[in-house]
Amino acid sequence: MELFSKKNKETFLTPLGLNNPVSVQVLGICSALAVTSKLEPALVMGLSVTIIVALANVVISLLRKTIPNRIRIIVQLVVVATLVTIVSQVLKAFAYDVSVQLSVYVGLIITNCILMGRLEAFAMQNGPWESFLDGVGSGLGYALILVIVGFFRELLGSGTLLNFRVIPECAYEYGYLNNGLMVLPPMALIIMACIIWYQRSKNPDLQEKNN
Amino acid sequence: MNTNSNSYTIIYASVMVIIVAFVLAFISSSLKDRQDTNVRLDKMKQVLSSLNVSADELRDPEQAYQKYVQADQIIDMNGNVVSERGGFDIESKKIDNQLPLYVCNVNGETKYIAPLYGAGLWGPIWGYVSFNSDKKTVYGTYFSHEGETPGLGAEITTEKFQSQFAGKLLQENGKVKLSVVKNGKVQDSACEVDGISGGTITSKGVDAMLQNCLGKYANFFNK
Repeated sequence: MELFSKKNKETFLTPLGLNNPVSVQVLGICSALAVTSKLEPALVMGLSVTIIVALANVVISLLRKTIPNRIRIIVQLVVVATLVTIVSQVLKAFAYDVSVQLSVYVGLIITNCILMGRLEAFAMQNGPWESFLDGVGSGLGYALILVIVGFFRELLGSGTLLNFRVIPECAYEYGYLNNGLMVLPPMALIIMACIIWYQRSKNPDLQEKNN
Repeated sequence: MNTNSNSYTIIYASVMVIIVAFVLAFISSSLKDRQDTNVRLDKMKQVLSSLNVSADELRDPEQAYQKYVQADQIIDMNGNVVSERGGFDIESKKIDNQLPLYVCNVNGETKYIAPLYGAGLWGPIWGYVSFNSDKKTVYGTYFSHEGETPGLGAEITTEKFQSQFAGKLLQENGKVKLSVVKNGKVQDSACEVDGISGGTITSKGVDAMLQNCLGKYANFFNK
């Protein structure tokens, strides 16, 4: 078996573009709205989800032949919740500052639809290595959208990026104003819609056929 | 093996739950000490932040705490000192009749610090306020939160918001004067502070927290 066969590369790369979990599969929208008003939480959330999806995918993939079909969702949920709890405990012990920053987001990971989606759709049918690649790919695809949305919301809403001032003070003296709407949740949806619009206009394959 | 039979399903679920319980219990108990130390150090950092201690010194919170804080007193509702030590161990959210009061020394001047705890929009907010030995003027503040909206309510943690408090009137005759008002609606700049635009409920939470928590110190202020 080849570790980086063409199929494995595809498994890893399609979630970043053509099969993006957020913009194409429309999963994980809820958390994408909640954490993108600044770039930093968006980055942190994207990274944490990537790690957890990858780990959970591997665990479920290893167990996939033993899991009773009728309680598979429960088993998946238990695995995800356990992993998230372990990660948050370890962070609290060894990287307290990071855990304070993550605070509520760690809990949000458990409810992220991408996790359940990937476990159910991919890890239950594929081997551990493919599942790992799929998890990392999906996580990064999610992170990518979060970062794009977070970038625009922080830049236009607060005039900063990662808390560094980007729009100079003198612009404000000439009457430039931050767009307060950008920090509010509706703007995340609108930016997300723009991303989906752009992606679909570039990729005719993604467009629904009009019958 | 038939993975769909009832007995297999029940046994599978039970074994899984037991394993998970053991793993979590083991991890939690083996990391407990480290976590407690981290929580303690973090609390020291928060207390010291309200004294405007520089970030450099905060890298070693234990040492900075020894340097600045002379006593973590416990005082009662009448403003009498009950104990010279032990205020640090009282959790802010459990403050009842026993009020913690930190007595600090910054460049030879005595400062007091009182803890705050209240509710924001999504969860708890807390902080510390330090004031001069005349018990009338604010020296510095520190606010933090669990899950306020980034970019809106979460702005209470910023230097920009917190630095507004320094030099304001804390209280008069035991009545708390320090307050947070709607952004741009400051009338009495001696004791009112601009809230955060778009973070109204969090700002109101900070205001209520100041009133409630500092109100308990009324008798101490009048001494």
